[in-house]
Amino acid sequence: MRDKADYARKGIARGRSCVALQYAGGILLVAPNPSSALHKISEIYDRIGFAAVGRYNEYENLRKAGVTYADITGYQFDRHDVTARGIANWYAQTLGTIFTESPKPFEVEIVVAEVGARPADDQIYRITFDGSVTDEPGFVAFGGQADQVSAALKERYSDDMSLSEAFAAALDALSAPGNGERPEFTAAQLEVAVLDRARDHRTFRRIRAARLDEMLAEVRPAPAEPPVGSSDSSGTAPSGTAPDTPGPSSPSGPSSPSSPSGSEPPTGPAPGGSDRGTGLDGGSPSSPL
Amino acid sequence: MGSYFDGSQSGPYFDGSQSGPLAGDPRMSGRVPGAAGGPSFMGLQTSSFTDFLASHSPGLLPGRVVPSVPAEPDPRAPGSGFQAVRDLPHATTIVAAVCHGGVVLAGDRRATAGNMIAKRDVEKVFRSDEFSGMGYAGTGSVGIEFVRLFQVELEHYEKMEGRSLSLEGKANRLAWMVRGNLAAAMQGLVVVPLFVGYDEDTDLGRIFSYDVAGGPYEEQRFYSIGSGSLFARGALKKLYVDDMPVGDAALACVQALYDAADDDSATGGPDLPRRIFPVIASITADGFRKLSDAEGAQIAEQVVQERLTRPDGPAAALRNS
Repeated sequence: MRDKADYARKGIARGRSCVALQYAGGILLVAPNPSSALHKISEIYDRIGFAAVGRYNEYENLRKAGVTYADITGYQFDRHDVTARGIANWYAQTLGTIFTESPKPFEVEIVVAEVGARPADDQIYRITFDGSVTDEPGFVAFGGQADQVSAALKERYSDDMSLSEAFAAALDALSAPGNGERPEFTAAQLEVAVLDRARDHRTFRRIRAARLDEMLAEVRPAPAEPPVGSSDSSGTAPSGTAPDTPGPSSPSGPSSPSSPSGSEPPTGPAPGGSDRGTGLDGGSPSSPL
Repeated sequence: MGSYFDGSQSGPYFDGSQSGPLAGDPRMSGRVPGAAGGPSFMGLQTSSFTDFLASHSPGLLPGRVVPSVPAEPDPRAPGSGFQAVRDLPHATTIVAAVCHGGVVLAGDRRATAGNMIAKRDVEKVFRSDEFSGMGYAGTGSVGIEFVRLFQVELEHYEKMEGRSLSLEGKANRLAWMVRGNLAAAMQGLVVVPLFVGYDEDTDLGRIFSYDVAGGPYEEQRFYSIGSGSLFARGALKKLYVDDMPVGDAALACVQALYDAADDDSATGGPDLPRRIFPVIASITADGFRKLSDAEGAQIAEQVVQERLTRPDGPAAALRNS
């Protein structure tokens, strides 16, 4: 049992972190993801979103099963009767049984988020590989170096942020040192989605292409690499490890114009390092996302 | 936990090795999913919600087996036999018209059960997804189920696959559902849909009709279904113009529904005192849009007003000009 747990934990830690956090208008989900076709973040139901880290084929299977469970519940009863709590419990049962019964546990960690009519009604649940569910009010970071990202996120999170502020907080947290990556994200390296409280019916909306570029441009002036408020890569990075702008990345001045895409070393992972998608860009097909 | 996973069940609950839509245990149909031993959603190979129901919970499908109904009513039980089915509320005339940049769909508001008006404010026009909609004629309750199931079918596919079905794909899925209802239709629970959509590739509105055994049949320009459809189609023949603006197409549809109500007792005309008017929706590049109560009222009142002067409606020109 403990071997299984260690195995699963290692698998999940090998990948990239993902964050979910509340903002004034809903819930924001951000994950580093080089693939534009294979998603870590998806819609489950009208007001419910799904995000996962770990082994792609395993969480993709869970995603589809969750969508089916939600659709059948909504059809049997009513659309309003589908809740994140119900889905989270279903995932907990499913993962718990897999962990116990199956020779190999799923190397996945899942977040199910639901946006309510008011911020107080929003819910975020995290389900781990062994079926444990936790209620994560406000924000959660999971997968990869989750502890460090979570600590960074906690520093930057506050209630009632705008979407821009929340996005900046998410990027800062994901860039926290120890996550092993270059701090500058481009639109092509991110998967971003929101559950937008104000939308009718289906609240899930992916943010990509032009809109994502816009959002990235908005948060750039508060530079992503040094923490907000500090103007250079000093040792005050709250994650507590080494300064997070080693060498040749964009200048640490506060208004570094960004577009980092051409100017810095590619943010692709070092061999054996983290994120390689599902092998589409030449990495090991078995690397977890 | 052992008893849930013994050999008498259909296999381990969460065994991802089960393949195909038939992986579920039919004995479990209808049970609330999620209970230990309930249907497995893992290892799914179909993105069709209807196919999934057919294998896991066939009891939820509209075309589920109807207990055979005796043709003659039992004199001791007045509501029995075919009469019970005949007396189910039926919904009537739906019209659709292709217009500039899309298509308009409109339906009357009446449901009849035998000679009684069962309901005077039925909604028969529904959004199926962002770029398609449907109306139905036939048994009201079964029609509502169809509408709901079709909405879930389209949404489910989109969530599973990450893309919407093509318009033809949607029309075909609906045909499959209609065919699945054939057994019930033969017992009297008939539902015939009219499906319309905006084709993003061609920037055109399209109309698909069905018969009780399926379809689809693509219709050009305009079409109508239901008990008043013959009258509505006759009216549209004279009123319809190719590429008419959305507003004109809506007006033409309301005129056609008025004519249908004029000659078919099972179709309801505008109810001014109660402010109940035909439901009108347009589907264009901007998506499905149901006209607001105020907009619908304005069109219906205009029609009624003009009919005060000329009860048979606008006269068509006798010769091409």
